[in-house]
Order: sequence, then structure tokens, then C-alpha cells
Amino acid sequence: MFTDFLKTNGPELLIKAWEHLYISLIAVLLGILVAVPLGILLTRMKRSAPVLIGAVNILQTLPSLAILAFFIPFLGVGKVPAIIALFFYSVLPILRNTYIGIKGINENLLEAGRGIGMTSWERIRFVEFPLALPVIMAGIRTATVYLIGWATLASFIGGGGLGDYIFTGLNLYQEEYIIAGAVPAIIMAIFVDFFLARVEGKVVPRGLKGTKQAV
Amino acid sequence: MLKLENVSKIYKGGKKAVNHVSLEIEKGEFICFIGPSGCGKTTTMKMINRLIEPSEGAIYINGKNIMEKDPVELRREIGYVIQQIGLFPHMTILENITLVPKLLKWKEEDKLVRAKELLKLVDMGEEYFNRYPHELSGGQQQRIGVLRALASNPPLILMDEPFGALDPITRDSLQEEFKHLQRTLDKTIVFVTHDMDEAIKLADRIVILKAGKIVQVDTPDEILRHPANEFVEEFIGKDRLLQTRPNVELVKQMMNRSPISITEEKTLQEAITLMRDKRVDSLLVVDEMNVLRGFVDIETISEFRKKATLISEVVNREVFSVKEDTLIRDVVQRILKRGFKYVPVVDEHQRLVGIMTRASLVDIVYDSLWGEENTMTTESV
Repeated sequence: MFTDFLKTNGPELLIKAWEHLYISLIAVLLGILVAVPLGILLTRMKRSAPVLIGAVNILQTLPSLAILAFFIPFLGVGKVPAIIALFFYSVLPILRNTYIGIKGINENLLEAGRGIGMTSWERIRFVEFPLALPVIMAGIRTATVYLIGWATLASFIGGGGLGDYIFTGLNLYQEEYIIAGAVPAIIMAIFVDFFLARVEGKVVPRGLKGTKQAV
Repeated sequence: MLKLENVSKIYKGGKKAVNHVSLEIEKGEFICFIGPSGCGKTTTMKMINRLIEPSEGAIYINGKNIMEKDPVELRREIGYVIQQIGLFPHMTILENITLVPKLLKWKEEDKLVRAKELLKLVDMGEEYFNRYPHELSGGQQQRIGVLRALASNPPLILMDEPFGALDPITRDSLQEEFKHLQRTLDKTIVFVTHDMDEAIKLADRIVILKAGKIVQVDTPDEILRHPANEFVEEFIGKDRLLQTRPNVELVKQMMNRSPISITEEKTLQEAITLMRDKRVDSLLVVDEMNVLRGFVDIETISEFRKKATLISEVVNREVFSVKEDTLIRDVVQRILKRGFKYVPVVDEHQRLVGIMTRASLVDIVYDSLWGEENTMTTESV
């Protein structure tokens, strides 16, 4: 039964999977570009940081379908609004982890940095960012796995992706369509997370790996 | 070189952490700030590189007011060694040492040359370059911390209880090493500590602070001999005051001038005979020029009696010695702290000239007791 499905839909499945992947990845990439600098900025604003994090938290609780629908009047349907909506969801985990990662750095190290004459930018670049990187990477991995799941909803507003199969399957009571949508999405999430774990291993400074205490 | 003029730090709420401190420090001087916690010693030090901005007064380095300088530039010209080491765990030793040169945009090859020079200063090899801080012992880490401060060759170095986290024996040897380093490199040092032993050992002048004010500024000897008031006296401690008897100061005045020694080419049998004659359980080993080479004790000899015949085969080369013009009080500290039974005394060419034993210490104590019977008991030995 399923082999028949693959025979007729195989090439299309690949295209859908590819759509799914790049919608999620572009959204995560945008999320990283916005959330990491914003998270660093938040660590510089002692008073407003908790308020802003709270605000982003609330944004996160909005139902994803509602967000997707919300963008239709402004951006219409298609891939762009889907990516933008997903991007909003990627911001919070990355932002929060960046903030926590940097806040958690040992005060002594920051003072050492200041004491030997680092500018604010040099401290971010040479001390704070590398030391917070393991925590930031954890946030990026969480966000990516979430987004690959949520990207199925993009189908609702014409964004394409594996969600197309799932919704077709639901509408027509065709199990193989649902499976054809869900299983590749799961496999994709697992693979991407594995890949990101490898990336993390590459970018996290070697000196941090042997230390037991979390930075 | 460094001048503090009426410097105060007042925090919000009116708390005066530092209260009208004035001080002049000469080039090449080793200054220790000491006092109970909350006395303002760290605050005063941190105002020198503007980690804390003074509320009142002015600080001059070589006649220039530091407030007119960019704080980042100022800090790059002043070495800084932090409490608890403060090496960056994600950087290799090489990267840590050459951090300030990197901030100053030195060329790669200059940085490498400098890093090699620096490691040589503390007898560490280039194999450490690519290690990470957590792979080093506490003592090695703090050596690297000191090197990082020395990297761009700043004339002035600030140190905030740098040896506080180390175990007593490592601390002791690092202090020794660092004092020597400071003399050879001719650096001006401002050193914060709460450990009076450390201050006495290292400082040219000690600045005693209490509640944000300077109580006394003087050489260790002057402070020990003439404490300014009761607070200082209490802070130094009574037993330490006794160690500074004016007529006995140097090791050579108290040492036993006829240490029992033997040369390396003698046999173990001869050593045993000598020990029996002189009624001692260890012998200092010297060469034909009377230069100290090591020691042998009765345990080692009986252990190796079957396997070895010559002293040179069993001599223990890890012998700790002091120079004859060391201050008595430093030797006393060491004998007590490290639990040595004796310390050989050498001249500047490492030639054996005498020995300080626990018996010599007892003599010193008896001398002290003669004068101040009521304040000291033999228990403190």
C-alpha cells in the first residue's frame, strides 16, 4: 500500500520535504540573527530585561494557528508569511538561552576582562559570547526541532511543506498521506538535531568541555 | 610614580568605603594594602585602574591624572591579577597570556616571542601553550595569571589577593618566586591581601587600612617594631611582634656554624659511622667546593644498604635551603609551616655555611621568654 504511494508521489514527497526543511531553517536563521544580538543587548539592560523576556513569553503562548492566520491580512498567503510566523516562535528559546547563558558567566571572568582593558565589544566577542555558546546552541537546537514540527502548519496558509500531506490525509481519511507527512518530519527533526549537535561540538571552545561546572 | 591625593569613594546612601586616602608610591616599590574585610583595600586598588571611579580626590600616574585618560587605554597600561585566578577557560594558555598584546594589536610573531619569554620566567615550557587552564594545577594557573599581567610589560601591576585560593605550600613558593620576579623586572606593585605573613614577606611598604582610612604606612620592620596603635598591634598579632627582636634578625646570627656534612664519593658505611659519631640522623651532602648537593637520612641509607655503596647513589637532591642573610622570621615561618626538622643555610654561591635546626628555634624562643615571660609560652613552637 505504502510502496504504491511512494511510486506515485515519491518525487513530490522529496519536493515537499525540501520545502519543509528550508521554511524551518530560514525561520531559525532569522531567529538566530535577531535573538542572539537581542539577548546580548538584554543583558545590558538590567531593569527592562525581565519585562521584555516576559513579553516574548506571552507571544510564545499565542496559538500558532492564530499567528499564522493573523498574518494573512498583512502578508497574504504563501511561504513568506509562513516563514515570518515561524520566525516569531524561534525567537524566544534562542533569546532566553542567550540571556541566561551570558548572565550565568562567572563575575570574576568579566572583571578580569574589564581589568585587563577590554572594551565592551571585546568582552562580548572574546569572553561573553564564547562562554555562553554552549547554552545558546542548546536554545538553537530546541528552536529548530520545534520549528520543524510547527512548520507542518504552514500548509494552512499555503506555505507548502509536509503539512500538505497531513492535511490532505485528514480531509480525505487517507492514512498513508498522514504517515507520508508525519514520518519524514520526525526523521528530519532527528537528523537536523543530530547535525546541530555536531556543529555544537565544532564551535564550542575545547577548553570548556573538560570543565564540570556550567559556565 | 603613583600618587593618590585625598581619594575618597562614597557609595549611594553616603557610605564611605574609602575616606581621604593619600599615598605616594615610588617606582619599583612593592606595596601591600592590608586590613580587615570591608576596610576599603580592594576599593582603593580598583580606583587605580578605574574599575571603580573615585568620588573625590585625584590619582596620578607619572604625574598624569588618570581621570583624563580613556579607562580602556589606562587598564591596558596597568597589569591586573585577579583574585581566584580569572583565566579564561575557553582560551589556551597561549591565548590567555597574549590577550593584552592581542588587544593592543601586536603582530603574531611578536606575541609568540613574548609568550615564550614569559613562560621561561616561571620555568614552564612551551608544551603548555596549547593546554587549557583546567588542565593545570592551581599554582600553575596563578603563575599564568601573573604572566598575563606581565605580558605587555606594564610598569605598574595591581594584584587582588592573587594567592588567596592556593594551598599554603604552593602559596609560599609562589610568593617567593613572585618576589624574586618583581625584583628582577623592577615593577611597581600594588598588592591587596588580608594575610599579614604574606604582606610582611613581600612588601617594601605595608599600608594598613581600617574603615576606609590609612592607619599606618611603613616598612614591615617598622610596623613590627613600632605599631602605630593598638589596632595595628592586634592586627599583626603578638607572637609576630616577638619574632622581631632587634638584636637577632638574620639567619647567620642564629645558625649553627658547624653542620655535619659529607661528600658524594664517600661510602654508606662511612656515612653511618659519621652519623653515629655526631649523633645525627641525617647528613648534608656537599661537593668538594662545599656546595650543597642534597641530603641523606638514616631511613634512606638503611633502605638502600644492600643495593648501593656510594652516597652519590642515594642522595636526595630535593633539599630546601635558605640564604644566610634571610630574616629569622621567614625561616621560622617555613620551618613551622612545612614541618622541616632543619634547614641548611648557604651563602650566595650555594656553599654550605650553617644549619638552622629546631633547637636553634628553641633558643630564640627562650631568648624571647627572657624578656616577655608572660606573653608567650613554649606551646607556640
